[in-house]
Amino acid sequence: MSGFRIPGKGRVDPATPVSFRFDGRKVRGLRGDTVASALLANGIHLMGRSFKYHRPRGPVAAGSEEPNALIGTRRGPGRYEPNTRATVQEIWPGLEATSQNKYPSLKWDIGAVNDAAYMLFSAGFYYKTFMWPRSFWDRVYEPFIRAAAGLGVSPSREDPDSYASRYLHCDVLIVGAGPAGLAAARAAAVDGLRVVLVDENAEAGGTLLSEPQARIDGRSAWDWLSAELAALKANGVRIMTRTTAIGYYHQNMIGMVEKLTDHLPDLPADTPRERMWRVRAKQVVLAQGALEKPLVFHGNDRPGVMLAGAAQTYLNRYGVLVGRQPAIVTSHDSAWYAAFDLADAGARVQAIVDTRADVRAELLAEAEARGIKVKLSHTATATSGRLRVKSLRVNPVRDGKVGTPYTIHCDTVLMSGGWTPSLHLFSHTRGSLAWDDDLTTFLPKDTPEECVIAGASRGLWGIEAALTDGADKGRAVAAALGKAGTETAHVVEADRPGTGTSEKELPTDLDPSRAKAFVDYQNDVTAKDLRLAVREGMRSIEHVKRYTTNGMATDQGKMSNINGLNIAADALGKKQPQVGLTTFRPPYTPTSFGAFAGYHRGAHFEVTRKTQIDAWAEEHGAVFEPVGQWRRARYFPKPGEDMDSAVRRECVATRASVGMFDASTLGKIEVVGPDAVEFMNRMYTNPWTKLAPGRCRYGLLCGDDGFIRDDGVIGRLSQDRFHVTTTTGGAARVLNMMEDYRQTEWPDLQVWLTSTTEQWATVAVNGPNAAKLLAPLVEGVELTDDAFPHMSCAECTVAGMPARLFRISFTGEIGFEINVPTPMGRKLWEAVWQAGQPFGIVPYGTETMHVLRAEKGYIVVGQDTDGTVTPHDAGIGWAIGKTKPDFVGKRGMARPDLVAKGRKQLVGLLTEDRSRLEEGAQIVFDPAQKVPMKMVGHVTSSYLSDAVGRPIALALVEGGQDRMGETVHIPMPDRTIAATITSSVFLDPDNARLKI
Amino acid sequence: MLLIHCPYCDETLPEVEFTYAGQAHVVRPADPSSTSDSEWEAFLFLRENPKGAHYERWRHLHGCGRFFNAVRDTVSDRFLTTYAAGAPRPDLSDLIERAK
Ligand SMILES: [Zn+2]
Repeated sequence: MSGFRIPGKGRVDPATPVSFRFDGRKVRGLRGDTVASALLANGIHLMGRSFKYHRPRGPVAAGSEEPNALIGTRRGPGRYEPNTRATVQEIWPGLEATSQNKYPSLKWDIGAVNDAAYMLFSAGFYYKTFMWPRSFWDRVYEPFIRAAAGLGVSPSREDPDSYASRYLHCDVLIVGAGPAGLAAARAAAVDGLRVVLVDENAEAGGTLLSEPQARIDGRSAWDWLSAELAALKANGVRIMTRTTAIGYYHQNMIGMVEKLTDHLPDLPADTPRERMWRVRAKQVVLAQGALEKPLVFHGNDRPGVMLAGAAQTYLNRYGVLVGRQPAIVTSHDSAWYAAFDLADAGARVQAIVDTRADVRAELLAEAEARGIKVKLSHTATATSGRLRVKSLRVNPVRDGKVGTPYTIHCDTVLMSGGWTPSLHLFSHTRGSLAWDDDLTTFLPKDTPEECVIAGASRGLWGIEAALTDGADKGRAVAAALGKAGTETAHVVEADRPGTGTSEKELPTDLDPSRAKAFVDYQNDVTAKDLRLAVREGMRSIEHVKRYTTNGMATDQGKMSNINGLNIAADALGKKQPQVGLTTFRPPYTPTSFGAFAGYHRGAHFEVTRKTQIDAWAEEHGAVFEPVGQWRRARYFPKPGEDMDSAVRRECVATRASVGMFDASTLGKIEVVGPDAVEFMNRMYTNPWTKLAPGRCRYGLLCGDDGFIRDDGVIGRLSQDRFHVTTTTGGAARVLNMMEDYRQTEWPDLQVWLTSTTEQWATVAVNGPNAAKLLAPLVEGVELTDDAFPHMSCAECTVAGMPARLFRISFTGEIGFEINVPTPMGRKLWEAVWQAGQPFGIVPYGTETMHVLRAEKGYIVVGQDTDGTVTPHDAGIGWAIGKTKPDFVGKRGMARPDLVAKGRKQLVGLLTEDRSRLEEGAQIVFDPAQKVPMKMVGHVTSSYLSDAVGRPIALALVEGGQDRMGETVHIPMPDRTIAATITSSVFLDPDNARLKI
Repeated sequence: MLLIHCPYCDETLPEVEFTYAGQAHVVRPADPSSTSDSEWEAFLFLRENPKGAHYERWRHLHGCGRFFNAVRDTVSDRFLTTYAAGAPRPDLSDLIERAK
């Protein structure tokens, strides 16, 4: 295979080669490789182009913080994901990976012209470059921004994978399975405590995977690790790998995403791709470790320039030498060890360039033993090479003066600017941070959650320190749960404790205004951009961040935040904590929409409620519409009919003979108790005391603000029992409102409320032949005007079923609503359907229901009202019980604005040209006025009406009830329509048709 | 997700079982018709917006269905206590002391 794989190194399996494709080219790696490690093993550093300047880029890290090496991954049709980090994606046979932000090819990219036009794209370029001329916006700037915006390419097909969602309850959750996390788990896993240890990597171990030289308690680090993992499992610890704790939410709820299939060659059946865990932990230990920072100097982004710690990981964990002639640039001891490891693996380390004047003698001795040149008090000022770094330019620094440069030839530059503790999840808890001057970084302070933080994530360095601190914290959380944790002590040999300094951009002898010294690789933000932002007046780091976009890419500034802060603080002449740190927000790493959506997609996105009659409607070709969460039949087209013709036929047949309608979705509430009538008097605007049992009334519900909330016909079944109906969409809201008043304002009332929407199936029968049709089916009630007049209700038997029968009408025709126990709904429907055949009965849907009610001027709450309409505005002031001392809304209706002149009132509209108006269209009095015109109302309902003989509309119009006969105008894009204000009752104003 | 203690069920349960119901101790006047416009405005619209302890109502909608009162710290988002509807306002200094 390739010359960059070091036999005997790494945790990859040399016996299992794995082939995949990168930009169409076949690449061979080993089982255990990531895309990045496999490419590096083949000598490939160039893995992508940068976002803004399209500069060639290679991986700079080896973990989930990677900003550069973003790839698209494909697994057959439909399975494509952009912006996957090559450093995280494990390889499997057949994986197709592609580089991003390049055209036509990764090596020759046309967008790299942006790199030459560098000056255009400095900080705040969006706000400056694209300002003028105005005419350029549509044709030049916006198309350019749209083409350039976004990382990668969105998938174009529906995701065929499934995503799961689970809850998990545990005593102790430990985030991060490095030495601190492992030690915490060991200490806390006592006495039945449920301990869960999670890690985002494919295997547990953290730092130990990259430091096999360490010996823990007399064993090699890797032997110790496998023994320790076995011991933890034996102690009942649940270890979850490939699982990222993405967010820390209130009261110790942690969101975690477990990746289950992205690493598998074959997708197992019945396995979700990812699983979202909602974990409620009594105690949490955060052991997320620390992330290495780059050094900021001109050309620090060339492929081949990477973090020293990453090179050490590629070597020790993956057996890959990232370069044969590495040069090291560092301000921290850790990079020295990386240099030693690479040298011992056969690399010719060109030099260790350290910004510090003093370095531990032990490190100097080790370098000398390996024949490595050491340059202390040096700075790096440039790199060269087009698609791969070829040399490093360094200068001595004496008394703050940058001396004469010289060139170090190399094929990789390994840098370390020190380490940043990972405080992301800690910050999600609203934990406070304290600036540490020695470490030049923020450290965790207090958190309101039941949470401790251990190891490198609180600034401790070295394996022994992490193990000791982890064990302490494990015992602490066990103690908080009333248990005595396990006492452990570890001895670590060949540990690599170290210190370093944290730098702003490195000093240079070159023109800093021409330097491309990157701070945020993913958003192409340079040190120069940050200083420019400060010069242009940004003072807070939050402003600097937004102006430059530093830290705003998908990596959320994991590498760039502290470097950016150091530079901004220097530019402002302030200490870092005075400039502040930007807020970390979930998720910790980019998370798929699928993981958040879980099961809630497609048909499961929302509940679909269906009535008992739904299947019949489907069998009879109904077209459905969603109403609230219900699926309702909208109309029943016959072959060749469109909606208008079907609705017209349904309307005509209903008015001529009889129609039937599934009204089961109407909300129903049973109001029962000795104080039921008093409760109704207080809730509804209408008077109820004198309503006799067996009678119904149109009920109007307002809020205490005086505006209409809901309506429906209410039947009094007995002295202490009301059958309340509500709008389909309002049922839950009305019950909640009733419960609120009942429980908290009038707890003394003896009344009980029960939702009965689901208990009754309701069939409405309307038309001149409705009574004739029903009479033979009804037992116990004589369907005559005398025995059962309009607005009557009774408990009786219909078609052999126990029923609540209402004589009510939402059409203006003779009407009945029959309620039977829900399971009998379809039987009732079919019985009516059969009995209706001699009358030519038609089933009709919601659209016809709307036309029929609009012809009569009956309002639909939520369509003809919008939460600012009073009963008087809607023309139904008659529904108010004026003599009642109080009801909900009475005082509200007397508010000055609600009794003022010129309120919008519900009226009818008839267009002069007989065209149908558009619902929602705005209305003006004077069409000749200048734009913007004064809008005086809008069309709320509009239908074709066969019965009226022309289109009809309902509208809210300023002072409308005093403007009968006046003409208003409805400006539309193509013309302005004139309409006459009329009564909202278009048909049978005397209600003659209600008589049997 | 918050954990909320329902004083009726006497159980601490996840927030998804509850709905928020606005500020607590806003009493509907016994005779609204005798209130002035400004009194009625205050009842309808004027609400506290404290940084810190907030008296508020919740409903255990997907549980016992009952409305209850709570004191929640709007800064930390912690519940200091929950108590039955109709019970008097608990003493704040007591609660804050206990929260520490
Ligand atoms: Zn409850």
